[in-house]
Amino acid sequence: MRVGGGIRIARRQGEAAYDVPPNGQADATMAVNHEHLGHLLRRAGFGASASELSALDGKSTFEALAYVMDVDDQPDDVDSKIGQPDYINVTARGPFSPNSNVEDARQRWLFRMVHSRRPLQEKMTLFWHNHFATAYSKIAGTFGAVQGTKMMANKAGELPGPQGQIETFREKGLGSFRDLLVDMARDPGMLVWLDGRTNTRQRPQENFGREIMELFTLGVGNYTEEDVYAAARVFTGWNLRLVGNALDTSGYYEFVYIPNNHDPTAKTFTFPIYPDGSKTIPARAAGGGMQDGIDFITALATHPATAERLARKLWNFFVSEEIPPDPDYLRGATGIYFANGTRIKPLVQYTLQSRWFQNPANWHGRYAWPVEFAVRAVKEVGFLGFSVDNMRAPLIAMGQTLFEPPDVNGWELGQGWFSTGAMLARMNFASIIAANQRFNLASAAAGAKDSPDTFADYFLERLSPAPFEQEPLDSLKAYLVDGAAWTGSTAQLQTKAAGLARLIVGSAEYQLM
Amino acid sequence: MKNTPRASRSPRILRRTFIRGGVSAFTLTFAAPSFLADIARAQGARGRNLVVVYLNGGNDALSTVVPYQDPFYYSRRPTIAVPAGQVLQIGTDSTGRALGFHPRLTGLREIFNAGRLAVVQRTGYPNSSRSHFQGQDIWGTGDPALKLTDGWLGRYLQTLPDDALLGWSATQELPRALVSREASVPAIPNAAAYAFASPNVGAEAARERAAATAIASHLPAERPQLAFVNRSAQGAFATLDRVASVASYAGSVAYPNNGFGVALRTVAGAIVRGVGTRVFWVQTGGYDTHAGQGAAGGGAYSNLMGTFGDGLLAFHNDLRNQGLLNETMILQFSEFGRRISENGSGGTDHGAGAVMMAIGGGVRGGIYGTSASLDPAPSNPALENNGGDVKFETDFRSVYAKVLDDWLGASSTTVLGGDFRAGAPPIV
Repeated sequence: MRVGGGIRIARRQGEAAYDVPPNGQADATMAVNHEHLGHLLRRAGFGASASELSALDGKSTFEALAYVMDVDDQPDDVDSKIGQPDYINVTARGPFSPNSNVEDARQRWLFRMVHSRRPLQEKMTLFWHNHFATAYSKIAGTFGAVQGTKMMANKAGELPGPQGQIETFREKGLGSFRDLLVDMARDPGMLVWLDGRTNTRQRPQENFGREIMELFTLGVGNYTEEDVYAAARVFTGWNLRLVGNALDTSGYYEFVYIPNNHDPTAKTFTFPIYPDGSKTIPARAAGGGMQDGIDFITALATHPATAERLARKLWNFFVSEEIPPDPDYLRGATGIYFANGTRIKPLVQYTLQSRWFQNPANWHGRYAWPVEFAVRAVKEVGFLGFSVDNMRAPLIAMGQTLFEPPDVNGWELGQGWFSTGAMLARMNFASIIAANQRFNLASAAAGAKDSPDTFADYFLERLSPAPFEQEPLDSLKAYLVDGAAWTGSTAQLQTKAAGLARLIVGSAEYQLM
Repeated sequence: MKNTPRASRSPRILRRTFIRGGVSAFTLTFAAPSFLADIARAQGARGRNLVVVYLNGGNDALSTVVPYQDPFYYSRRPTIAVPAGQVLQIGTDSTGRALGFHPRLTGLREIFNAGRLAVVQRTGYPNSSRSHFQGQDIWGTGDPALKLTDGWLGRYLQTLPDDALLGWSATQELPRALVSREASVPAIPNAAAYAFASPNVGAEAARERAAATAIASHLPAERPQLAFVNRSAQGAFATLDRVASVASYAGSVAYPNNGFGVALRTVAGAIVRGVGTRVFWVQTGGYDTHAGQGAAGGGAYSNLMGTFGDGLLAFHNDLRNQGLLNETMILQFSEFGRRISENGSGGTDHGAGAVMMAIGGGVRGGIYGTSASLDPAPSNPALENNGGDVKFETDFRSVYAKVLDDWLGASSTTVLGGDFRAGAPPIV
């Protein structure tokens, strides 16, 4: 289907074209400026590195978007950079084992966020990690640390067994949402996390059946308790089996459907399951009963409430947490979602291309998540000689430990990040990275040492806080001459560069991205 | 004698300065002028604090307070029921139903026997939500319709003279109950980690802190997000030094070495050091026991009860040793109870009626509310959801109202936005 006047996008063989309607679209041929590019890369990635900024300088909005959106055009080589000079360090305790040691898995993911040439891929992985929020600790508590890490983070082909949940998000996070849901229903980590592996026809277990409707698709208010009971029965028999030795890194758990545990009777819901409006999944022989779940997931993925819920979440994630979604945006986004068979990439592209995303009034209108804040700080302040492992404890204090969302609802976003303790932890991380980069910062800023004004301007340009108004700007500059007159001496630059970077990165202005 | 005055700003500051250190002298004087007696009374009321303990995940009330003579309890929970011989008997409710604590709650039974623990059975609200998140919001806001977005404790704190440490959440994230439009409540899970860091040292670090404080003082009305984050930063700066006084607190008893124990010791430190906090929030998780609750009073649920009961006993004894029990009330809740019948994985799914507890020197101990018969017959009015769940009997807001009116000396109708005093169990 082609929407008249819209932008048709199909640039790669084997990838179906998709349509973006004309309404709500910004002028794609406009040349992108520095501010605009910074906005795009903060929202669709983890902030712009100097090399990204220079590579995209002078390109059109369309070209900048294409760089972000066409993930597959950029090399997927980030993992091969781990341990190389000129990149952020990882800290190895014994052999670096990101597939079987969760701390190393965290390090690998943070490394990817800092250095990936596919920033949107890592960004959507984080989005889905929050959406399908699964915590390592329960899995590790059930099957041990090795299997727990494998279920979360095993990279396909590195250790035997299925890829980890995060790797599925990386692979399919921009593909069909319906397919992603099917993958999640069979995901070993999810089958442990929401107890699907214990759900049998003799004793249905509602945990997954409830959350797939409440949190992964429809949202509260669009289903009843009876729907929860029926959903539990749909997924009876979806289980795990162990292959090899669970204590060994070569052993693994994989999805298995056990017909004998499946409830073969009909399941009736309060909303349509099939395109003909039928609300009942028919009784079927247990051998083919896995189709119940497929039918149910397809119904959930194509339910209007799901489309709207995803659109709202993407609006909050990419456009603004300050203003609610524009009705035109919701209409456009849900239309795109259905027109493209629940694929996420067109929906994201529509969002990033929209006039609401492009509108400077919405820039710096989102509260940075702790990992977004910390990774961006590292990219902008500097990382040579710093290790991603040094982000670990601060991120806990800021309230976001990767692979450890507080519950299946994910993290409390927006203002929820900013308890006083968490804000203090952000300020203190600013101190850590500023202290670590003191000498690099002082020498990089030496060319701007003429006056406190030029020195401050250099830092405000290099770091990318929301605009400072006059009063806080004056406080920032007053700090530079507090204690001693400005001389630009090396000692003064080293002291004040670190202090100034700390003040900017620890400011409220910097927390808004 | 221990006072916990404090408040901070504006009109009250003079009065408080005047009172500090002088209250006991005046209260010992028979001829104290009446206005001073009034002030002393008011200050006594202000010294009271509330420690909310939240069991995250939907606590299985029937395993906490066990109706060990109900045959349906055993027939519907063939593997996870606590054997009658193991429960810690606490007597009978007003209808004569025998009840016992989970065997790991030996400490709580001690407190119960001392008359300082109230059990309120079957708390909840009509059409109980089985969603954790909706349930948390309902208990947090005190509004089952969820028209209110701020928390019931946040609204209470707003009625007090403003101070950055009026509330203290010993969690990483601020719970809904403490969210308020005006008062910013700090989240301080561990006082020792709550300190200002600088890349520089000495006077230079102090200059940086002064600059950071000045920058955070900027609250532009037209940039609400910026103002919000700056209020958090301000809250941090305003509380750093007082919290530092708590960091070294060790307690008069040994606390269990787990997150709950550390949080409770931190809270006790804040009470003992008198930093002026009125409402504390502590939580412990793992209560979403869909699977593997454990058989015969042991296993995973038993561990949860151990963490819960051992931590509270240490906290209770610590405050008792320091003469602070009469100023403190612990109020425990969870977002819902669980399904009566166990599921196929040795656990229980989301249910309705929940159990609350109150502990403290000012608490009238005992068993409040009635235990439900667990007979699944349709004629049993104590159950809902086709006999699947325990139906609530006491509106949780009536408990809130009781605590607000009779413990904290506030107006429950103002804070809760309505009169929920009817049917409140007389726990204070």
